[in-house]
Amino acid sequence: MINKFYTPYNRFWHWTQMLMVILLSVTGWEIHGTYKFFGYQAAVSIHNAAAWGFIILTIFSMFWMALTGEWKQYLPTMNKMGAQIKFYLSGIFYGEPHPVLKSRHRKLNPLQRMVYFLILMITIPFQIITGLIYMYFHLAKNAIGIEYMRDTAILHTIGAFLLIAFLLVHVYLVTTGHTVWSNIKAMFTGYEKSEEHAELEHQ
Amino acid sequence: MSKKIRIFIGSLFASVIFPTAAIFIVFWFSSQKNEPQTIDPVLRADHIKSVDHSEFEVLQQEFESPHEVTEACVGCHNGRDNEIMQTAHWKWEREAELPNGRGVHNIGKKNLLNNFCTGAAGNNGSCMRCHIGYGWKDKSFDFGDPTNVDCLVCHDNTETYFKRSGEAGMPATTENATLAQPVPDYNYVAQNVGLPTRHNCGVCHFYGGGGNNVKHGDLEEALLECSKEVDVHMSPDGADMVCTDCHKTENHNITGKHYGVSAMNKNRVNCEDCHGNAPHNDRIIDGHFEKVACQTCHIPTYAKVNATKLWWDWSSAGRLTDDGHSIAENDADGNHNYLSIKGNFVWDDNVEPEYQWHNGTADHYLLEDTISTIPVKINELFGSYTDTTAKIVPVKVHRGKQMYDTEYNTLISMKLHAAEKGEGAFWKDFDWDTSAVLGMQYNNRPYSGQWDFVETEASWPLNHMVAPKEQAMSCTECHSRDSRLANIDDIYVPGRDHSRFLDNLGNIILVLTILGILVHTILRIAFYKKRHHAH
Repeated sequence: MINKFYTPYNRFWHWTQMLMVILLSVTGWEIHGTYKFFGYQAAVSIHNAAAWGFIILTIFSMFWMALTGEWKQYLPTMNKMGAQIKFYLSGIFYGEPHPVLKSRHRKLNPLQRMVYFLILMITIPFQIITGLIYMYFHLAKNAIGIEYMRDTAILHTIGAFLLIAFLLVHVYLVTTGHTVWSNIKAMFTGYEKSEEHAELEHQ
Repeated sequence: MSKKIRIFIGSLFASVIFPTAAIFIVFWFSSQKNEPQTIDPVLRADHIKSVDHSEFEVLQQEFESPHEVTEACVGCHNGRDNEIMQTAHWKWEREAELPNGRGVHNIGKKNLLNNFCTGAAGNNGSCMRCHIGYGWKDKSFDFGDPTNVDCLVCHDNTETYFKRSGEAGMPATTENATLAQPVPDYNYVAQNVGLPTRHNCGVCHFYGGGGNNVKHGDLEEALLECSKEVDVHMSPDGADMVCTDCHKTENHNITGKHYGVSAMNKNRVNCEDCHGNAPHNDRIIDGHFEKVACQTCHIPTYAKVNATKLWWDWSSAGRLTDDGHSIAENDADGNHNYLSIKGNFVWDDNVEPEYQWHNGTADHYLLEDTISTIPVKINELFGSYTDTTAKIVPVKVHRGKQMYDTEYNTLISMKLHAAEKGEGAFWKDFDWDTSAVLGMQYNNRPYSGQWDFVETEASWPLNHMVAPKEQAMSCTECHSRDSRLANIDDIYVPGRDHSRFLDNLGNIILVLTILGILVHTILRIAFYKKRHHAH
C-alpha cells in the first residue's frame, strides 16, 4: 500500500527551508569571519535577502499549518517517547520495526515532535528576532547600550550552532526509515510505501 | 496520464523547481544594487571675474613696499581688512573650550606645542613666514595695523608671489633678494589677483613642518597636479576643485579647521555638505554613516605620491662632523633620515591610516600643562562608540621624541631659528640648554635647567586624498580577523570579533554530533551484517 504523507506545499516548504538554511549558514559563517566564499559584501546581501525569504516562508507555513490543522502534528507528546528513544539506541540495530507507525495524520514520531516543536517554536523565532535586531539595531541608535551588538551577534551565533547540529542529526536520521532511501524519497514525492504493508510484502 | 508520471511531475515542481526558484529570487534580490548618487555642485572655477584689476591706476603705481599694495587693496575693498583680522589665519589662535571641563582658552599655532619643530613662538623668522602678515618677527608685531595684512599670498593668481624664507612673512626686498627668492613684481601680481587657488593655500599648507608633506600626509604639492587616483576632488582629471570649493568662505571666514590646533565641534567641513548622508543608495553601506566617517573607507591610504614624516626623534640631533659641519643623511627613497639640526626621521608613503573615534572635540597640551601620560599626547581626539556624535575617522599619528623639563615635568619650547650663529638658536649653535632657556623665556615659561627627551604623539585626522569610488576600501579591510580597526576595541565588528569560547564550544558540539552519527552508522552496519550473516 502506498500512503501519501506530504502535501505539495509541505514539500515545497521543506525543501525551500532547507535551501534557505544552507544559504544562511554558508553566508552567515562568512560574515562571522570563518572563511571567504561569496565575498563579504555579497555574503551580507545574500544573507539579508535569504533572511527575508525565510521570514516570508515561515509566515506562509504558519498560515498553512493553522488552516490545514497540520499544527497538531507538531504538538509534543510523551506517549511512546521512551520506546522511540529506545528504538534509536538499540532496536534499530536489531532490525526491530519503528515503535510508532507513520501515517498521514501522524507523520512524526514523539521524538521528532519534541525536537521540531522546539525548532519551530524557539530556535527559528529566536534566530529571526536576533537576526532582525542585528540587521536594524542601528535605527534605534540612541536607545541602545554598548554591548547590544556584541550580545545580539553572540546569541545569533548560538542559534546558528544549534540549527546546524539539528541539520546534521536530521540528515542522518533521514536514513533510518524503513529503508535508507524511503524517507528522502517520501519527502520528494510525498508518497511512501507504508511500513505495515512493506512488512507483509517482506514475509 | 499514469499516476506515476503525475507524482513525478508534482514532485519535480513541489520539491525541486519551486524551492530552487525561491532561492533564485533570493539571489536576484541580493544582487539588486542602486547606482550611487551623483552631484553637480557649483564650483569656484565657475566664478566669472567681475573686474579687470590691471586697469586700476592704483595698481599701476610704483610700490615701495608690500604694505602699499595692501593699502591699495583696501582702498577699494574696504572693510575686508577688518574681516581677515578677526580670523585664525591672522591671529593664529581661536577661542576654544577644551573638553573635560578644561576651560576656555585662546589656542592656535601662536601658542601650542607640536612634535615637529616644537612650536612657532620664538622661532618667528622661520615659522611666521606662513603668517598672512608682513614681518611678525617678534612680540612687537602690530596685529592692529591693516597694512600688515598680506593680501597677495592668498589672492595672487600668477604663482610668482612668495614670502622670503627667514623673514617672518616678508617678501624679499632689494637688500636681501636672491636669484631664487627675488623681489616680487608687485604690479604684475596686484593686477592679477583673484580667488585663491590650490597653489595659494598650498604654499603654506603643503609645507608645514619644514618641507613638503611633512605634517599632514594628505596635503602636499602633488595635489597641484595629480591623478584622480591621488585625489578625486582636486585632480584636473577629476573635479579639479580648489580648496575653497569645500572650505566655503564668507567674509574671509573659511570653514573647516584642523584638529592639530582646534578643539571644538563647530565650523567643520563635512563630506555630506555636498554628498548628503545616504550617497551610496545602499542600505547597508549608508547605514555605516552613523558610526563611520566617509573618510575612513574613502581614504584607504595617504601620502600617495610623496612620503610624509611619521617619526621625529630630536634626541639624536646635534651630531656634527669632526670639523663642525652639519650632517644630512638620506633613506633609500631619498628622504632625510638624519639631519644634525633636527635628529632622526622615519618617512613613509602610501601609508595606511590609524583609526580613532572622533566627536569633533580635541584636547591639546597647553603651555601651562604638565606631562601626565607617556607618550605625551600633543593633542587628543575624543569620542567613543556610545558617543552618538562620534565616528571612526582615519588619522595620521605623528610620533617622536622631544625635549622636556625633568624637574617641572613640562615639554620644552625650543629656540631653533636665528639668522646668525651665537644667538643661542639650536639650528646654529647646537646647544640644547641655551635653546631651552631662550625658547622657554620667549614663551614666559619656567625652565629648571634639567632636561631629557620624552616620547610624544600627535593625531592628525585625514580628510584629503579621497580615492575614486572604485578604490574605496572593501568590507574585509575592517570586517575580517586582521581588521584595520584593531585599535577600536569598544565595538563588535562582525567578521573581526567573535566569542572564542562560543566558537570552541559550538565546534565541539558539532564534532561530537558528527562522531555520534558515525558511531551510530557503524553500529547499524555492523549489526546489519551480523544479522544477515546469522541468517
